[in-house]
Formats: sequence, C-alpha cells, structure tokens
Amino acid sequence: MLLFIAILDTFKLLLKTLSTNSGFWNPLVWCSVIVIAFLIVYSIRSFGNKEYKKDNEQVKTFLSGNPEYEKEQMHVKSSNVYWGFTETLKWVYNLLNKMHTGNVSDYVLWFVVTMAIFFILIGVMI
Amino acid sequence: MNLPTFEFTPALVVAIPLLGAFLTPLVSRINDKLRNIFVIIIMGLTGFFVFLLAYDVLAKGIKVYVFGANTADTIQSLENGLPLLRILFEVDAMSVLMAGISVILGFVAVIYSWSFMKENTGLDKYYTLFLLMIAGMLGMELTGDMFNFFVFLEITSIASCALIAFWTNKGKAVDAAFKYIVISAIGALFILFAVALLYSQYNALNIAVLGSMIQYTFLDKIALILLIVALLMKAGIVPMHMWLPDAYSRAPSSVTVALIGATLASLYGVLRVCFTLYGNSLSNICNNLNINVHSMLGTLLILLAIITIILGVIMALRQINFKRLIAFAAIAELGYMFLGIGTGLTVLGNPELAVYGMTALKGGIFHIINDALDVGLLFLVAGAIYYATRENSLNRMGGLARNLKYTTVFFLIGLLAVSGMPPMNGFASKILIYESTYQLSPILSIIAILCSILLLAVFVKVFYSAFMGPAQPKFKDVKEVPKSMLIAMGIITCIIIFIGLFPQFVINTVVTPAAEALVNFGGEKGFYINEIIESFTLGGV
Repeated sequence: MLLFIAILDTFKLLLKTLSTNSGFWNPLVWCSVIVIAFLIVYSIRSFGNKEYKKDNEQVKTFLSGNPEYEKEQMHVKSSNVYWGFTETLKWVYNLLNKMHTGNVSDYVLWFVVTMAIFFILIGVMI
Repeated sequence: MNLPTFEFTPALVVAIPLLGAFLTPLVSRINDKLRNIFVIIIMGLTGFFVFLLAYDVLAKGIKVYVFGANTADTIQSLENGLPLLRILFEVDAMSVLMAGISVILGFVAVIYSWSFMKENTGLDKYYTLFLLMIAGMLGMELTGDMFNFFVFLEITSIASCALIAFWTNKGKAVDAAFKYIVISAIGALFILFAVALLYSQYNALNIAVLGSMIQYTFLDKIALILLIVALLMKAGIVPMHMWLPDAYSRAPSSVTVALIGATLASLYGVLRVCFTLYGNSLSNICNNLNINVHSMLGTLLILLAIITIILGVIMALRQINFKRLIAFAAIAELGYMFLGIGTGLTVLGNPELAVYGMTALKGGIFHIINDALDVGLLFLVAGAIYYATRENSLNRMGGLARNLKYTTVFFLIGLLAVSGMPPMNGFASKILIYESTYQLSPILSIIAILCSILLLAVFVKVFYSAFMGPAQPKFKDVKEVPKSMLIAMGIITCIIIFIGLFPQFVINTVVTPAAEALVNFGGEKGFYINEIIESFTLGGV
C-alpha cells in the first residue's frame, strides 16, 4: 500500500505543470494536441487521390527542360545555404573575422580589455 | 525510500576517479578490453556515489567533509584560534547538481570512447587523463576552499589540454591545446592572485568563512573582478571565447563532451563567487550605501550574455566545419545561462521583481543541465559522422540519413532541444529565461527569442547539408556507427526526452534547491554560509 502511494506521489510530481509566474508550460498537453492535430491531418490526407502511379514520367525531376546533373552535383552545399543572409551581413562578418584572428596573444588582449572594463565599472565607479 | 548514507561520500566522489586514473595504465597492461570495462566501472561507481551524495544533500542539507581530521578536531583548532586551513568539501544542492552533470557527461563519454577511440594508440594515457579531468572537475564543484578550487582548476586544465592535443598527428589539435593552456594558465594565475588577496586580509581560505568576513574593501573589489573575469574567460563568454571553438573542434568528440563539463565547472565558479563568496557582503553594501553592486554586476553579466548569444549564433551560421559550428552554438547557449543568472543577480534585491529574479536564476541553472546534454549530444553526433565518413566539413557531406538512421534521429532530437523547440528540454529552460527577462526589459527577451530562432536555422542547415539531399556515391559504403557510440548517444537522448516531458519534476527536485542554495533563500536546508559556520561553531573566530 505504501509503495502504491509512493508511486502515485511520484506520478503526481511528474505530471505537474511548469509555472513561469506569468504563464505555464505542460509538454504532455502539448504532445496530446500535436497527436490530435496529426490524426486530423492524416484523416484529411486519406481523402486524397489514390491513383498515383510510380515509375513513370511524372516522378522524374524537371529542371525547366534542362538535363539533370549528377546526384552529387545536385546537393546544395552548406556554404551556399543562407547565402543571402551572410551576403547582406558581410560587413558584420568582416568585422567578426578581424576579431577572430586565431592568435593567442589577441585572446589574452581581449581578456585584459574585459578586465579593464570591469575595473572601471565595478572597481572605480562603485 | 531510505538510501544508505556514508560519511565519506564527498571524498569518494573525487577519490574514485583519481585512484582509477592511476590504476588505468596498470590495468591497460593486462588487456585493452579490461581497461575499457575498468574505466566504465570507475565512472559508474563515481556516478553512484554522486547519486548517494545528491540524495543525502537534498534530504538533509549541506554536507561538510574535512580531510585528514574529523569535524570535532577541526572545531577544536578553530576554538584555539587557528586559521581554517584544512582541505574540506562543502556540498550543497548547487554543487551536487554540477557534479551530477559532470559525472553523466563523463560516463557517456567513456562508453562512447570504447569504439570511437579504439583505433588510436596510447589509450592508457587517454583514459588516465580523462579520469584526472573528471576528478578535477568534481573537485572544483565540491570543494569549500578557494585554494583547493584553484588546485582542482589546474588539474582540470592540464588534463584537458593534454586531451585536446591527443591527436598529435594533427597540427591544429596541438595548436588548439597550446592556446587552451595559455588561456587556462593566465586565468588560473589571476585566480591565485585573487585568493592571495583574500587570504592576506582575512587569514582564511574557506569560502563560507570568507563569505561571512568580506568587508568589500578596495582589495576585495580587485579580488572580485579578478575572480569573475578569469572564470568568465574559462567559461567561454564573449569576447574571451576564442579559445573555445578551437579547443572544442580539435579535440576528439568524446573529450569535447567532457570539456563541456569543465567549462560549466568554471561557470559554477562564477556563481559561487557572485552568490556565496560575495553574496552577503554585496547585499550589506547595498543596504548601507544604497548602491546596488549586485545590480551592477548583474547588468554587466546580462550585457556580456546578450553579446555572447548574438555573436555565437551569427558565427555559427557561417561555419562549415561541423564541430566548430556546434562550438559557436555552445557559446550562444552559454549566453542564455548567463542571461538567466545575470537577470537573477540584477533583480533579486528588488522586492517587486524578486520573484522573477528567482525564476530567471532557476531558468539559468536549468539551462546549465539542458545545455550540457543538448550540446553534448550534438558533439557525439558530429563524432559519429566523423567516425563513419572521416569528414568534418559540411560542404562535403550529404544524404547521410540513408546510412546513419539512428544517428540522424539522435541529431534531430539534439537539434530540437538545443534550438529550444517544444516539447524538448531546451524549451522549458528557455521559456523561464524569456518570461523572467521580459519583466526586466522586453528587448532582452526579444533578442533571446530571435537568436533562438536563428539557432534553429543554423541546425536546420546542418540537418539539410549532412543528412538530407541525394545519396552521395562516395558514402555508399558508410555504415551505422558501432553500438557503444549509439548507446552513449541513446543515454543522453533518453535524459533529454525525460527532462523535456517532465520539466517541473526536474525543477522541483534539483533546480529549485540549487537556486535556493545560491541565494540563501532555502530556510533550514539552504543557508550555505550560516550552516557551515554553525557546523564549525565559528562564532568566536
């Protein structure tokens, strides 16, 4: 009986909702909603066209009439992903690249600079 | 449930890996497999004693262990006016939480190493250094003495440096280790200088004793700054973070996972200095002079945290080396922790916002656990991909989900967790940080959320580049990684899912006691300084 109560208490503790003072978060409720949403989507999908044919022209890759490249060439490389973002922020990256020299004496310099700021703000001002 | 408690548990937590470290070369001479089993048993035993210690501390409050003498002798010495110079461990809920994180990472890393490192030579040295590093980390987290903190920090740093350079055939690994030891040595020297400043004034090295005596003189201010800045550098906060991507990306993945623990041990040092060592004196200064030093310190930490988050994410977005990318993401995650901790430090003194300060601190501490697990899992996945393909560059990967099915699932879980996507653990800690930071300044919260979205974008890029896309002919023979690596990743994944599904349980059980131990709000179980001073009957000193 005592063991049963202990297990029950543990379950109660496990199922508690996280309170953030201005909101709450319960992952189990969230998961239940997702499962229900998935079931709804799945049921809608089941109304779709069932006469899809495999291995015919409609499954071939169409690149505006151009021939398909080798598989290896078709993969967009990591450095090209978010190209627009990195190109727009090129000035930021140039600045950051200058900061990351890879030289250990520069690393120590940043340490000294940070310490100086702390000295000014805490050691002198207060 | 009543678990047995042993008087020597705090000592055993450090002694077992230390003893294991020196026995490993001997066992290694018998058989390699036996050595691997021996190291796993040592880590398992250490974990068992950390668990026992945690149970003891959470149930009964702070545990003090004096080395080389019993508590009665120590009290006698104190009553005779002798300074408290004994080596002693003072373990509260915060220490034990950090020890738990270190031991989980260490345990997972040794299981992972079984297959990951099997083709390397010199594994007796590898495991010896590994156990030394774990012993050093645990010592940093359990000690109640400033000088011993420095000693354990040095042990951790030296062992970590040697492990970063373990692949000596790769010049960049040696270069990264050199940078790491330079940074560590400078940081440790400044910490030693700060300890000397405190000792010269108060004739004490014990954190609790010092915490009760510090007057916040000019020398104390210098010691505070030296300690915080040196530990922040060791924790990898921007702009002193540059050693971290080098070290994390060049070390073997199993070492990187343990290095996360070492970094977090330094973060723990910052917490101890801000809240325990200087906690009382800063609060008194606030009351007497109406100057809020806590607020100033907290604001500085918030500022550094925001810079750390932004820079970490922006730099991660551009990386093409998988491990370097995760290292920058880890820097951003450190920013989230410091955002929570800084907010806590800033508003805890404000009666109107104190509740949110506590929530922020809990969020920061909770994020320490989550970051260690999430980033650790991602590093293990990166190691698994390297093991299977011998590739680190994302530009040369693609379509690996076909070959590495389990690894792909582990990566997806790590991706969702580190980006703070519900229902993973990262979301639970980040929501605590967002909502409490919002009360201090909405802009902080907005920046944090936007950067979290960017972090998701970063890992979506990785997922696409490494796992999606057409099958690459050069990877047609790639097979799933060995079982020991899958088990290691699986253990972390299970913990991530458990914490993600039951966050309140973890917060109630370990995070809240840790936060209360830090801010002395914990009533009979949390008063770190008072409890330890009482245990030594130090009133007359």
